[in-house]
Amino acid sequence: MARTSPVTDWSVDFDVLDHDYVADPFDIWDDLRHRCPIAHSDRRGSTWLPTRYEDVTAIAHDVEHFSSLEVAVIPFDGEEPEEPILPYGLPPISADPPLHTWTRRLLLPWFSHTRVAGYEAMTRELCSSLIDGFAARGRADAAADYAQQIPVRVIAAILGVSDSHADMFTGWVRDVLEFADDPERRAGGVQGLINYFLEEIEHRRDRPGDDLLSMLLHSEVDGAPVEQSLVLGTAALVLIAGVDTTWSAIGSSLWHLATHPDDRKRLVAEPDLMPFAVEELLRAYSPVTMARVVTHDVEFAHCPMKAGDKILMNFPAANRDPEVFEDADKVVLDRAVNRHVAFGSGIHRCAGSNLARMELRVALEQWLRRVPEFHLDEGQEVTWAGGQVRGPRLLPVVFP
Amino acid sequence: MRITVDPLKCQGHARCFALVPELFVVDDYGMSSVKGDGTVAPALEDRALLAIANCPEFAIEEIAGEDPPG
Ligand code: HEM
Ligand code: SF4
Repeated sequence: MARTSPVTDWSVDFDVLDHDYVADPFDIWDDLRHRCPIAHSDRRGSTWLPTRYEDVTAIAHDVEHFSSLEVAVIPFDGEEPEEPILPYGLPPISADPPLHTWTRRLLLPWFSHTRVAGYEAMTRELCSSLIDGFAARGRADAAADYAQQIPVRVIAAILGVSDSHADMFTGWVRDVLEFADDPERRAGGVQGLINYFLEEIEHRRDRPGDDLLSMLLHSEVDGAPVEQSLVLGTAALVLIAGVDTTWSAIGSSLWHLATHPDDRKRLVAEPDLMPFAVEELLRAYSPVTMARVVTHDVEFAHCPMKAGDKILMNFPAANRDPEVFEDADKVVLDRAVNRHVAFGSGIHRCAGSNLARMELRVALEQWLRRVPEFHLDEGQEVTWAGGQVRGPRLLPVVFP
Repeated sequence: MRITVDPLKCQGHARCFALVPELFVVDDYGMSSVKGDGTVAPALEDRALLAIANCPEFAIEEIAGEDPPG
C-alpha cells in the first residue's frame, strides 16, 4: 500500500486512507462540520468531502449534477484495458437513469421483505454453527471468525453459487474494496469475480435454476435478453455490495457492545429493543461511503465544483450531524427519531437493505443469546478497514 | 388522523413498514403505500407519528385538517 504524507489541514488536504482517520474519523468530521462542511483534497484527483446531513442528502438527490458513473472512493490508477469487460461497470450502482432504473427493478424483488424473511432461518442456523465453532474456547475473533463469515454465505445462496468458495469470494471483494489503492490487487479481484461468474453463467444457459443469476441471465427487457456484460456486472455487484458492507456493520456493532458494557447488558435484558438498536448501530457506525462525479461545473454550497471532480457521499458523517440527531455522538439504543441514511438517500437507496437489516439483527441476536458477556481481549489489537467501507477486520474478544 | 405516502418521494427504505405494519403495505419493489384510505386508528396515532419522523425521504405526510370519514 502506498504510504502518503501526513495530513496537516483536513479541510484542504484530507486523506480518507489515513490510518488514524480510518480508526477514528468522528472528531475530524465534527471539526470539519464547524469549520468547512465540504472539505477538499487533491490527493487522489480533485475530491470534495461533505460532512453535513443536509449537503449529503441534497447531493444524493441531484442526479443531474452528480452522476454515479464513478462510484469508487479510491480512483483506479492502473491501466484500463482497451475494451473493458464491464463497459457499464456494476449497474445499478454505477449507472444513472435510464439504465439505473430498469437494472434496479430487476434486482429489487429478490430483496423484498417477503423474500428476505425466507432467508432468516438459514441465517440463524449459520450464526449458530459459527458460534459452535468457538464457544468452548472462551475467545474468538468476532470479525474474522463470525461477522465476516455470515453475509457471504447468505449472498451465495441467493445467487445460487456454492458457499464452499466463500473464502475466495471474500478475498476478491476485499481486493476490490479494501485494497483499492493497490491497482494490481484491485484488477485481480475484478478479474477473479468475472472469470468465476462467466463460468457460472455458462452452466445456467441451458439449465437455469431458481436463483438470482439464472433470473438475470434469462430476463428480457423490452423484448431482448439482457446483455451479458450487464448480467456479469450486476451479479458481481450483488456480491461486492452485499459482503463487506454487512460484515462491517455486524463487526462494528459487536465492537460497540464489547466496549460499552452498559449497552450490552441492556440489550441482553431488553431484547425488544433490538429493532431500534439495529437502526441506531447502523446510524452510529455506518459502514458505506460512495462517490459521485460532477457532470458540469456547479457552485454547490459556495464550493466551486468542476466537471470531473469527485464527491465522497459521506453517509457516515451525515449520520453524526448534531443538527439532525440529538446527542449525535452517543449511541442511544432506543433512539426513537432516527432518519439515518446508512443505506443512502434517493434513487440509489441500498437495494439490499432489507437483507442487511435481517442479517445484522439475527447475527446480534444469536451472538447475545450464546455469548451475553464479552469484552475486548486486552492484549490483542483491533484493526479497521476504511475508504469505501469501514469496519473492524480483527476484533479479538474474550468471554467467560 | 389520516396519512399518505408520496410515491414520488418514497425510495423503499421500509422504515415505516417495520415500525407500523398495521398501517403500510410495501410492494415487491419496496415501494410503500398506506393501507385503505390512510385513516389511523387513535390507538396507532403515536406510532404513525414515529413512522413520519423516521422516513429518511420525508415521504409520509399527515393530511392536515381532515376528519376521518364515516
Ligand atoms: C449494512 C449493510 C449495507 C450497507 C450499509 C449498504 C449501503 C449502501 C448504500 C449507502 C448504497 C447507496 C449507494 C449510492 O448512493 O451510490 C447501497 C447501494 C446498494 N446496495 Fe447496499 N448496503 C448494505 C448491504 C447490502 C446488501 C446485503 C446487498 C445485497 C445485495 C446490497 C446491495 C446493494 C445494491 C444492489 C445497491 C445499488 C442500488 C442502486 O444503485 O440502485 N447492499 N448500499
Ligand atoms: S420509510 Fe419512507 S421511503 Fe421508506 S418505504 Fe416508508 S415511505 Fe417509503
